[in-house]
Amino acid sequence: MANTASAASAPQKVSLSRVLGPAHVWALGVGIVLVGEYTGWNFAADKGGTLAALIICWTIGLLYTSVAMIDSEVTSTVAAAGGQYAQAKHIVGPLMAFNVALYLVFAYTMLEVSNAILIADTIKSYAGEGFESWHYEGIIAGVIVTLAALNYRGVLMTLNVNFVITAVAYLAIIVLFFSVQPWSQGTVLRLGEMVTPDNALPYGWIGVIAGFHWGIWYYLGIEGTTQAAEEVRSPARSLPYGTMAGMITLLVGASLTWYVCASLMPWQYLGYTYYPLLDAGKLTGSKTLEYMMFIATILAALASANGCINDAARAWFSLGRDRYLPTWFSAVHPKYRTPYRSILFLVPIALAFAFIANLGQAITFSILSGVLHYTFMSVNIVMFRNKWPLGSIRRGYTHPFHPLPAIVLFILCVVTFFAIFLGYGAQLTAMVVFYIVMSLWFHFYRYRYVRRGEQFTMPWPKPRGY
Amino acid sequence: MWTTLANAGWAISAVLLLWMLYDWFRTDSTYSEDVLTSSREGEIEAVSEKHKI
Repeated sequence: MANTASAASAPQKVSLSRVLGPAHVWALGVGIVLVGEYTGWNFAADKGGTLAALIICWTIGLLYTSVAMIDSEVTSTVAAAGGQYAQAKHIVGPLMAFNVALYLVFAYTMLEVSNAILIADTIKSYAGEGFESWHYEGIIAGVIVTLAALNYRGVLMTLNVNFVITAVAYLAIIVLFFSVQPWSQGTVLRLGEMVTPDNALPYGWIGVIAGFHWGIWYYLGIEGTTQAAEEVRSPARSLPYGTMAGMITLLVGASLTWYVCASLMPWQYLGYTYYPLLDAGKLTGSKTLEYMMFIATILAALASANGCINDAARAWFSLGRDRYLPTWFSAVHPKYRTPYRSILFLVPIALAFAFIANLGQAITFSILSGVLHYTFMSVNIVMFRNKWPLGSIRRGYTHPFHPLPAIVLFILCVVTFFAIFLGYGAQLTAMVVFYIVMSLWFHFYRYRYVRRGEQFTMPWPKPRGY
Repeated sequence: MWTTLANAGWAISAVLLLWMLYDWFRTDSTYSEDVLTSSREGEIEAVSEKHKI
Protein backbone atom coordinates (compact mmCIF):
# COMPACT_ATOMS: atom_id res chain seq x y z
CA MET A 1 0.00 0.00 0.00
CA ALA A 2 2.81 2.34 0.98
CA ASN A 3 4.65 1.40 -2.20
CA THR A 4 1.58 2.13 -4.31
CA ALA A 5 1.14 5.52 -2.71
CA SER A 6 4.80 6.25 -3.16
CA ALA A 7 4.69 5.29 -6.83
CA ALA A 8 1.58 7.38 -7.38
CA SER A 9 3.13 10.45 -5.76
CA ALA A 10 6.48 10.09 -7.52
CA PRO A 11 7.08 12.95 -9.97
CA GLN A 12 6.96 12.16 -13.66
CA LYS A 13 8.93 15.23 -14.56
CA VAL A 14 11.31 17.49 -12.63
CA SER A 15 12.66 20.91 -13.47
CA LEU A 16 14.49 23.76 -11.76
CA SER A 17 12.39 25.62 -9.22
CA ARG A 18 11.03 29.10 -10.03
CA VAL A 19 11.36 30.73 -6.62
CA LEU A 20 13.67 33.74 -7.05
CA GLY A 21 12.94 37.47 -7.19
CA PRO A 22 14.91 40.61 -8.13
CA ALA A 23 16.69 40.69 -4.75
CA HIS A 24 18.11 37.22 -5.39
CA VAL A 25 19.27 38.30 -8.84
CA TRP A 26 21.00 41.29 -7.21
CA ALA A 27 22.54 39.00 -4.58
CA LEU A 28 23.84 36.65 -7.25
CA GLY A 29 25.39 39.39 -9.41
CA VAL A 30 26.78 41.67 -6.70
CA GLY A 31 27.72 38.67 -4.57
CA ILE A 32 29.97 37.29 -7.30
CA VAL A 33 31.57 40.67 -8.00
CA LEU A 34 31.96 42.43 -4.66
CA VAL A 35 35.10 40.52 -3.74
CA GLY A 36 36.74 42.49 -6.56
CA GLU A 37 36.57 45.62 -4.41
CA TYR A 38 38.30 43.76 -1.58
CA THR A 39 41.14 42.50 -3.76
CA GLY A 40 42.23 42.49 -7.40
CA TRP A 41 41.30 45.95 -8.71
CA ASN A 42 44.24 47.51 -6.90
CA PHE A 43 46.79 45.68 -9.06
CA ALA A 44 45.77 48.18 -11.75
CA ALA A 45 47.62 50.77 -9.60
CA ASP A 46 50.77 48.68 -9.92
CA LYS A 47 50.49 48.84 -13.72
CA GLY A 48 49.63 52.50 -14.06
CA GLY A 49 49.42 54.34 -10.73
CA THR A 50 46.53 55.36 -8.50
CA LEU A 51 44.92 57.75 -10.98
CA ALA A 52 45.04 55.02 -13.63
CA ALA A 53 43.04 52.80 -11.25
CA LEU A 54 40.32 55.47 -11.11
CA ILE A 55 40.28 56.06 -14.88
CA ILE A 56 40.01 52.30 -15.37
CA CYS A 57 37.31 52.05 -12.69
CA TRP A 58 35.04 54.31 -14.72
CA THR A 59 36.10 53.14 -18.18
CA ILE A 60 35.65 49.49 -17.28
CA GLY A 61 32.44 50.61 -15.59
CA LEU A 62 31.33 51.72 -19.04
CA LEU A 63 32.23 48.27 -20.42
CA TYR A 64 30.17 46.55 -17.76
CA THR A 65 27.26 48.95 -18.04
CA SER A 66 27.15 47.96 -21.71
CA VAL A 67 27.34 44.30 -20.68
CA ALA A 68 24.50 44.74 -18.16
CA MET A 69 22.26 46.58 -20.64
CA ILE A 70 22.86 44.15 -23.48
CA ASP A 71 22.51 41.15 -21.20
CA SER A 72 19.28 42.46 -19.69
CA GLU A 73 17.66 42.82 -23.08
CA VAL A 74 18.66 39.43 -24.45
CA THR A 75 18.12 37.49 -21.23
CA SER A 76 14.71 39.00 -20.59
CA THR A 77 13.84 37.31 -23.89
CA VAL A 78 15.90 34.09 -23.70
CA ALA A 79 15.07 33.10 -20.13
CA ALA A 80 16.93 29.82 -19.70
CA ALA A 81 19.54 28.35 -17.40
CA GLY A 82 22.91 28.69 -19.04
CA GLY A 83 22.31 32.40 -19.63
CA GLN A 84 24.59 33.57 -22.42
CA TYR A 85 25.00 29.96 -23.58
CA ALA A 86 21.28 29.78 -24.40
CA GLN A 87 21.50 33.21 -26.02
CA ALA A 88 24.42 32.16 -28.23
CA LYS A 89 22.68 28.95 -29.23
CA HIS A 90 19.60 30.74 -30.52
CA ILE A 91 21.26 33.82 -31.98
CA VAL A 92 24.68 32.77 -33.31
CA GLY A 93 24.78 28.96 -33.43
CA PRO A 94 25.82 25.77 -31.64
CA LEU A 95 29.62 26.13 -31.94
CA MET A 96 29.53 29.64 -30.45
CA ALA A 97 27.19 28.38 -27.72
CA PHE A 98 29.54 25.54 -26.81
CA ASN A 99 32.45 27.99 -26.53
CA VAL A 100 30.40 30.47 -24.48
CA ALA A 101 29.43 27.73 -22.04
CA LEU A 102 33.09 26.80 -21.65
CA TYR A 103 33.97 30.47 -21.02
CA LEU A 104 31.28 30.56 -18.35
CA VAL A 105 32.32 27.37 -16.62
CA PHE A 106 36.00 28.38 -16.64
CA ALA A 107 35.38 31.98 -15.57
CA TYR A 108 33.19 30.94 -12.63
CA THR A 109 35.14 27.89 -11.54
CA MET A 110 38.43 29.81 -11.57
CA LEU A 111 36.77 32.66 -9.71
CA GLU A 112 35.48 30.20 -7.12
CA VAL A 113 39.02 28.82 -6.78
CA SER A 114 40.42 32.37 -6.41
CA ASN A 115 37.92 33.10 -3.65
CA ALA A 116 38.75 29.96 -1.71
CA ILE A 117 42.48 30.77 -1.97
CA LEU A 118 41.80 34.36 -0.90
CA ILE A 119 39.91 33.24 2.21
CA ALA A 120 42.73 30.85 3.15
CA ASP A 121 45.35 33.57 2.52
CA THR A 122 43.42 36.12 4.61
CA ILE A 123 43.07 33.74 7.54
CA LYS A 124 46.72 32.68 7.22
CA SER A 125 47.83 36.30 7.45
CA TYR A 126 46.13 36.55 10.86
CA ALA A 127 46.79 33.01 12.10
CA GLY A 128 50.47 33.39 12.87
CA GLU A 129 52.81 30.45 13.54
CA GLY A 130 51.52 26.89 13.60
CA PHE A 131 49.24 27.43 10.63
CA GLU A 132 50.66 24.79 8.27
CA SER A 133 49.71 23.84 4.71
CA TRP A 134 47.35 21.22 6.16
CA HIS A 135 45.37 24.01 7.83
CA TYR A 136 45.54 26.22 4.75
CA GLU A 137 44.09 23.43 2.61
CA GLY A 138 41.51 22.65 5.28
CA ILE A 139 40.11 26.16 4.90
CA ILE A 140 39.99 25.79 1.10
CA ALA A 141 38.29 22.38 1.30
CA GLY A 142 35.84 23.63 3.92
CA VAL A 143 34.85 26.63 1.79
CA ILE A 144 34.41 24.77 -1.49
CA VAL A 145 32.60 21.71 -0.13
CA THR A 146 30.35 23.61 2.30
CA LEU A 147 29.20 26.03 -0.39
CA ALA A 148 28.72 23.17 -2.85
CA ALA A 149 26.49 21.44 -0.27
CA LEU A 150 24.50 24.65 0.18
CA ASN A 151 24.02 24.87 -3.59
CA TYR A 152 23.11 21.18 -3.72
CA ARG A 153 20.43 21.75 -1.07
CA GLY A 154 18.50 24.41 -2.99
CA VAL A 155 18.78 27.68 -4.88
CA LEU A 156 16.48 29.72 -2.60
CA MET A 157 18.53 29.13 0.54
CA THR A 158 21.76 29.59 -1.43
CA LEU A 159 20.79 33.03 -2.67
CA ASN A 160 19.15 34.07 0.62
CA VAL A 161 22.50 33.44 2.27
CA ASN A 162 24.21 35.31 -0.54
CA PHE A 163 21.90 38.28 -0.09
CA VAL A 164 22.72 38.59 3.62
CA ILE A 165 26.49 38.19 3.38
CA THR A 166 26.74 40.40 0.29
CA ALA A 167 24.75 43.14 2.00
CA VAL A 168 26.97 42.94 5.11
CA ALA A 169 30.16 43.09 3.00
CA TYR A 170 28.80 46.07 1.05
CA LEU A 171 27.68 47.89 4.20
CA ALA A 172 31.21 47.45 5.58
CA ILE A 173 32.52 49.57 2.67
CA ILE A 174 29.92 52.25 3.40
CA VAL A 175 30.74 52.22 7.13
CA LEU A 176 34.47 52.46 6.40
CA PHE A 177 33.84 55.35 4.01
CA PHE A 178 31.92 57.40 6.57
CA SER A 179 34.27 56.45 9.41
CA VAL A 180 37.22 58.14 7.72
CA GLN A 181 35.33 61.44 7.43
CA PRO A 182 35.47 61.82 3.65
CA TRP A 183 34.10 65.36 3.92
CA SER A 184 37.26 66.44 5.74
CA GLN A 185 40.45 65.72 3.81
CA GLY A 186 43.46 65.84 6.13
CA THR A 187 41.71 64.42 9.19
CA VAL A 188 42.24 60.78 8.22
CA LEU A 189 42.43 60.82 4.44
CA ARG A 190 45.33 62.40 2.56
CA LEU A 191 44.51 62.14 -1.11
CA GLY A 192 46.54 65.25 -2.00
CA GLU A 193 49.67 63.74 -0.49
CA MET A 194 49.16 60.25 -1.89
CA VAL A 195 48.28 61.28 -5.45
CA THR A 196 50.39 64.13 -6.80
CA PRO A 197 50.92 65.36 -10.37
CA ASP A 198 54.28 63.57 -10.33
CA ASN A 199 53.03 60.12 -9.34
CA ALA A 200 49.44 60.14 -10.62
CA LEU A 201 50.36 58.31 -13.85
CA PRO A 202 53.93 57.05 -13.28
CA TYR A 203 54.04 55.08 -16.56
CA GLY A 204 51.93 57.45 -18.65
CA TRP A 205 48.96 56.31 -20.72
CA ILE A 206 50.44 52.92 -21.61
CA GLY A 207 50.25 52.21 -17.86
CA VAL A 208 46.54 53.03 -17.95
CA ILE A 209 46.00 50.57 -20.80
CA ALA A 210 48.09 47.89 -19.06
CA GLY A 211 45.93 48.32 -15.97
CA PHE A 212 42.77 47.33 -17.86
CA HIS A 213 43.64 43.71 -17.16
CA TRP A 214 43.09 44.15 -13.43
CA GLY A 215 40.39 46.79 -13.80
CA ILE A 216 38.10 43.99 -14.98
CA TRP A 217 38.15 42.80 -11.39
CA TYR A 218 36.05 45.78 -10.26
CA TYR A 219 32.97 44.22 -11.89
CA LEU A 220 33.86 40.70 -13.14
CA GLY A 221 30.84 38.42 -12.88
CA ILE A 222 27.86 40.81 -12.89
CA GLU A 223 26.69 39.08 -16.05
CA GLY A 224 26.26 35.95 -13.90
CA THR A 225 22.76 37.14 -13.01
CA THR A 226 21.50 35.56 -16.23
CA GLN A 227 22.23 32.06 -14.98
CA ALA A 228 19.23 32.44 -12.68
CA ALA A 229 16.92 33.04 -15.64
CA GLU A 230 15.14 29.71 -15.36
CA GLU A 231 14.68 30.00 -11.60
CA VAL A 232 13.24 33.51 -11.27
CA ARG A 233 9.49 33.93 -11.01
CA SER A 234 9.38 36.70 -13.62
CA PRO A 235 12.47 36.74 -15.85
CA ALA A 236 11.33 39.72 -17.92
CA ARG A 237 11.06 41.85 -14.76
CA SER A 238 13.53 40.42 -12.27
CA LEU A 239 16.58 40.04 -14.49
CA PRO A 240 16.79 43.63 -15.79
CA TYR A 241 15.94 45.06 -12.34
CA GLY A 242 18.39 42.85 -10.49
CA THR A 243 21.20 43.30 -13.00
CA MET A 244 20.92 47.07 -13.40
CA ALA A 245 20.50 47.60 -9.64
CA GLY A 246 23.58 45.42 -9.16
CA MET A 247 25.58 47.50 -11.62
CA ILE A 248 24.60 50.75 -9.89
CA THR A 249 25.56 49.24 -6.52
CA LEU A 250 28.95 48.23 -7.87
CA LEU A 251 29.71 51.56 -9.53
CA VAL A 252 29.09 53.32 -6.22
CA GLY A 253 31.04 50.69 -4.25
CA ALA A 254 34.02 50.80 -6.64
CA SER A 255 34.25 54.59 -6.52
CA LEU A 256 34.06 54.68 -2.69
CA THR A 257 36.65 51.92 -2.47
CA TRP A 258 39.08 53.78 -4.73
CA TYR A 259 38.61 57.05 -2.84
CA VAL A 260 39.29 55.54 0.59
CA CYS A 261 42.23 53.37 -0.49
CA ALA A 262 43.83 56.03 -2.71
CA SER A 263 43.66 58.49 0.19
CA LEU A 264 45.34 56.16 2.67
CA MET A 265 48.21 54.43 0.87
CA PRO A 266 50.79 55.32 -1.80
CA TRP A 267 50.40 53.77 -5.23
CA GLN A 268 53.43 51.50 -4.81
CA TYR A 269 51.81 49.81 -1.82
CA LEU A 270 48.27 49.95 -3.21
CA GLY A 271 49.43 48.07 -6.31
CA TYR A 272 51.23 45.47 -4.21
CA THR A 273 48.87 44.52 -1.38
CA TYR A 274 46.37 41.69 -1.65
CA TYR A 275 44.00 43.40 0.80
CA PRO A 276 43.44 47.08 -0.06
CA LEU A 277 40.25 47.50 1.98
CA LEU A 278 41.50 45.47 4.92
CA ASP A 279 44.70 47.54 4.90
CA ALA A 280 42.62 50.72 4.70
CA GLY A 281 40.81 49.55 7.83
CA LYS A 282 44.18 48.96 9.54
CA LEU A 283 45.54 52.35 8.46
CA THR A 284 42.69 54.18 10.17
CA GLY A 285 44.19 52.96 13.46
CA SER A 286 40.84 51.59 14.61
CA LYS A 287 40.85 47.91 15.63
CA THR A 288 37.07 47.82 15.19
CA LEU A 289 37.36 48.93 11.56
CA GLU A 290 40.23 46.52 10.95
CA TYR A 291 38.29 43.51 12.26
CA MET A 292 35.17 44.65 10.44
CA MET A 293 37.10 44.72 7.13
CA PHE A 294 38.72 41.37 7.93
CA ILE A 295 35.31 39.75 8.37
CA ALA A 296 33.91 41.60 5.35
CA THR A 297 36.78 40.37 3.15
CA ILE A 298 35.96 36.79 4.06
CA LEU A 299 32.20 37.33 3.60
CA ALA A 300 32.71 38.93 0.18
CA ALA A 301 34.86 36.00 -0.95
CA LEU A 302 32.30 33.51 0.40
CA ALA A 303 29.46 35.26 -1.44
CA SER A 304 31.46 35.23 -4.64
CA ALA A 305 32.40 31.56 -4.41
CA ASN A 306 28.79 30.70 -3.58
CA GLY A 307 27.45 32.51 -6.66
CA CYS A 308 30.16 31.02 -8.86
CA ILE A 309 29.22 27.46 -7.87
CA ASN A 310 25.61 28.28 -8.72
CA ASP A 311 26.50 29.71 -12.14
CA ALA A 312 29.12 27.19 -13.24
CA ALA A 313 26.77 24.33 -12.40
CA ARG A 314 23.89 25.89 -14.41
CA ALA A 315 26.11 26.33 -17.48
CA TRP A 316 27.38 22.74 -17.22
CA PHE A 317 23.83 21.47 -16.67
CA SER A 318 22.62 23.31 -19.79
CA LEU A 319 25.32 21.71 -21.91
CA GLY A 320 24.14 18.30 -20.74
CA ARG A 321 20.49 19.10 -21.41
CA ASP A 322 21.24 19.87 -25.06
CA ARG A 323 23.53 16.83 -25.37
CA TYR A 324 26.56 19.02 -25.96
CA LEU A 325 27.87 16.94 -23.07
CA PRO A 326 26.45 13.58 -21.85
CA THR A 327 22.80 14.00 -20.78
CA TRP A 328 23.79 12.51 -17.43
CA PHE A 329 24.78 16.04 -16.38
CA SER A 330 21.28 17.38 -17.00
CA ALA A 331 19.73 15.60 -14.01
CA VAL A 332 17.66 17.72 -11.63
CA HIS A 333 17.26 16.67 -8.01
CA PRO A 334 13.57 15.75 -7.52
CA LYS A 335 13.48 17.12 -3.98
CA TYR A 336 15.90 20.05 -4.00
CA ARG A 337 15.31 20.98 -7.67
CA THR A 338 18.99 21.70 -8.33
CA PRO A 339 21.38 20.40 -11.02
CA TYR A 340 22.97 18.18 -8.39
CA ARG A 341 25.22 16.07 -10.62
CA SER A 342 26.75 19.16 -12.23
CA ILE A 343 27.33 20.72 -8.81
CA LEU A 344 29.03 17.56 -7.55
CA PHE A 345 31.07 17.04 -10.73
CA LEU A 346 32.66 20.48 -10.46
CA VAL A 347 33.67 20.08 -6.78
CA PRO A 348 36.81 17.93 -7.35
CA ILE A 349 37.83 20.14 -10.29
CA ALA A 350 37.65 23.26 -8.12
CA LEU A 351 39.51 21.52 -5.29
CA ALA A 352 42.27 20.33 -7.65
CA PHE A 353 42.84 23.83 -9.06
CA ALA A 354 42.67 25.40 -5.59
CA PHE A 355 45.37 23.05 -4.28
CA ILE A 356 47.78 23.43 -7.21
CA ALA A 357 47.19 26.93 -8.68
CA ASN A 358 48.19 30.27 -7.20
CA LEU A 359 45.88 33.27 -6.90
CA GLY A 360 47.39 35.20 -9.84
CA GLN A 361 47.02 32.28 -12.29
CA ALA A 362 43.46 31.49 -11.21
CA ILE A 363 42.40 35.14 -11.51
CA THR A 364 44.01 35.49 -14.94
CA PHE A 365 42.25 32.40 -16.34
CA SER A 366 38.98 33.77 -14.98
CA ILE A 367 39.55 37.22 -16.50
CA LEU A 368 40.54 35.76 -19.88
CA SER A 369 37.41 33.65 -20.11
CA GLY A 370 35.34 36.64 -19.02
CA VAL A 371 36.73 38.97 -21.71
CA LEU A 372 36.26 36.35 -24.44
CA HIS A 373 32.69 36.13 -23.27
CA TYR A 374 32.12 39.92 -23.37
CA THR A 375 33.53 40.09 -26.88
CA PHE A 376 30.93 37.55 -27.93
CA MET A 377 28.19 39.65 -26.32
CA SER A 378 28.97 42.71 -28.45
CA VAL A 379 28.53 40.65 -31.63
CA ASN A 380 25.56 38.78 -30.22
CA ILE A 381 23.40 41.85 -29.59
CA VAL A 382 23.96 43.17 -33.12
CA MET A 383 22.90 39.81 -34.57
CA PHE A 384 19.94 39.66 -32.20
CA ARG A 385 18.64 43.09 -33.24
CA ASN A 386 19.18 42.27 -36.93
CA LYS A 387 17.46 38.89 -36.85
CA TRP A 388 14.63 39.87 -34.50
CA PRO A 389 14.15 43.66 -34.76
CA LEU A 390 12.20 45.60 -32.14
CA GLY A 391 8.54 44.74 -32.37
CA SER A 392 9.05 41.23 -33.76
CA ILE A 393 9.29 39.50 -30.35
CA ARG A 394 8.42 40.44 -26.78
CA ARG A 395 11.31 41.94 -24.84
CA GLY A 396 11.27 42.45 -21.06
CA TYR A 397 13.74 45.30 -21.47
CA THR A 398 15.05 47.23 -24.48
CA HIS A 399 18.45 48.82 -24.04
CA PRO A 400 18.91 52.38 -25.36
CA PHE A 401 21.36 53.86 -27.88
CA HIS A 402 21.86 50.64 -29.87
CA PRO A 403 24.44 49.97 -31.40
CA LEU A 404 26.58 52.36 -29.30
CA PRO A 405 26.87 50.05 -26.23
CA ALA A 406 27.87 47.15 -28.51
CA ILE A 407 30.56 49.26 -30.21
CA VAL A 408 31.89 50.57 -26.86
CA LEU A 409 31.93 47.05 -25.47
CA PHE A 410 33.81 45.65 -28.47
CA ILE A 411 36.45 48.42 -28.44
CA LEU A 412 37.04 48.09 -24.68
CA CYS A 413 37.35 44.30 -25.02
CA VAL A 414 40.03 44.75 -27.70
CA VAL A 415 41.94 47.17 -25.42
CA THR A 416 41.64 44.69 -22.54
CA PHE A 417 42.97 41.83 -24.69
CA PHE A 418 45.97 44.03 -25.52
CA ALA A 419 46.46 44.74 -21.80
CA ILE A 420 46.31 41.02 -20.98
CA PHE A 421 48.78 40.31 -23.79
CA LEU A 422 51.21 42.81 -22.24
CA GLY A 423 51.20 41.03 -18.90
CA TYR A 424 50.10 37.46 -19.54
CA GLY A 425 50.70 36.81 -23.26
CA ALA A 426 51.60 33.13 -22.76
CA GLN A 427 48.42 32.41 -20.78
CA LEU A 428 46.32 34.28 -23.35
CA THR A 429 47.79 32.20 -26.18
CA ALA A 430 47.41 28.94 -24.23
CA MET A 431 43.79 29.73 -23.42
CA VAL A 432 42.92 30.56 -27.03
CA VAL A 433 44.60 27.33 -28.23
CA PHE A 434 42.58 25.42 -25.62
CA TYR A 435 39.30 26.86 -26.92
CA ILE A 436 40.29 26.10 -30.54
CA VAL A 437 41.05 22.47 -29.64
CA MET A 438 37.75 22.15 -27.77
CA SER A 439 35.90 23.69 -30.73
CA LEU A 440 37.43 21.11 -33.08
CA TRP A 441 36.45 18.33 -30.70
CA PHE A 442 32.88 19.63 -30.57
CA HIS A 443 32.56 20.15 -34.33
CA PHE A 444 34.09 16.86 -35.48
CA TYR A 445 33.05 14.53 -32.66
CA ARG A 446 30.51 15.70 -30.11
CA TYR A 447 27.96 17.47 -32.32
CA ARG A 448 26.85 14.15 -33.87
CA TYR A 449 25.12 13.34 -30.57
CA VAL A 450 23.11 16.57 -30.50
CA ARG A 451 19.44 16.43 -31.51
CA ARG A 452 19.61 19.41 -33.77
CA GLY A 453 15.96 20.39 -33.90
CA GLU A 454 15.37 20.03 -30.17
CA GLN A 455 18.05 22.45 -29.04
CA PHE A 456 16.22 25.56 -30.29
CA THR A 457 13.47 25.99 -27.75
CA MET A 458 12.30 29.63 -27.93
CA PRO A 459 8.88 30.01 -29.57
CA TRP A 460 10.04 32.86 -31.77
CA PRO A 461 9.11 33.69 -35.34
CA LYS A 462 11.66 32.93 -38.03
CA PRO A 463 14.55 35.42 -37.99
CA ARG A 464 14.48 38.17 -40.56
CA GLY A 465 16.10 37.06 -43.81
CA TYR A 466 15.50 33.31 -43.28
CA MET B 1 41.57 29.26 17.07
CA TRP B 2 42.42 29.38 13.35
CA THR B 3 44.05 25.96 13.35
CA THR B 4 40.95 24.54 15.07
CA LEU B 5 38.79 26.20 12.42
CA ALA B 6 40.99 24.72 9.68
CA ASN B 7 40.74 21.24 11.20
CA ALA B 8 36.99 21.72 11.42
CA GLY B 9 37.11 22.64 7.71
CA TRP B 10 38.44 19.19 6.86
CA ALA B 11 35.90 17.47 9.12
CA ILE B 12 32.94 19.47 7.83
CA SER B 13 33.93 18.98 4.20
CA ALA B 14 34.30 15.22 4.75
CA VAL B 15 30.86 14.99 6.38
CA LEU B 16 29.14 17.13 3.74
CA LEU B 17 30.86 15.32 0.89
CA LEU B 18 29.73 11.97 2.28
CA TRP B 19 26.19 13.32 2.71
CA MET B 20 26.09 14.54 -0.89
CA LEU B 21 27.46 11.26 -2.22
CA TYR B 22 24.94 9.30 -0.14
CA ASP B 23 22.05 11.50 -1.29
CA TRP B 24 23.24 11.25 -4.89
CA PHE B 25 23.30 7.44 -4.67
CA ARG B 26 19.88 7.34 -2.96
CA THR B 27 18.32 9.71 -5.51
CA ASP B 28 19.74 7.87 -8.50
CA SER B 29 18.53 4.53 -7.18
CA THR B 30 15.03 5.84 -6.29
CA TYR B 31 14.14 7.65 -9.52
CA SER B 32 14.49 6.59 -13.11
CA GLU B 33 16.97 8.32 -15.38
CA ASP B 34 14.10 9.53 -17.58
CA VAL B 35 12.55 11.42 -14.66
CA LEU B 36 15.83 12.87 -13.43
CA THR B 37 16.77 14.17 -16.88
CA SER B 38 13.26 15.29 -17.86
CA SER B 39 13.95 19.05 -17.53
CA ARG B 40 13.62 20.90 -20.83
CA GLU B 41 14.69 24.41 -21.75
CA GLY B 42 11.98 26.90 -22.65
CA GLU B 43 8.98 25.11 -21.17
CA ILE B 44 7.65 28.20 -19.41
CA GLU B 45 8.13 30.37 -22.47
CA ALA B 46 6.14 27.92 -24.55
CA VAL B 47 3.21 28.40 -22.19
CA SER B 48 3.39 32.09 -21.29
CA GLU B 49 4.97 33.91 -24.23
CA LYS B 50 3.03 33.98 -27.46
CA HIS B 51 5.04 36.70 -29.16
CA LYS B 52 2.03 38.29 -30.78
CA ILE B 53 2.73 42.01 -30.68
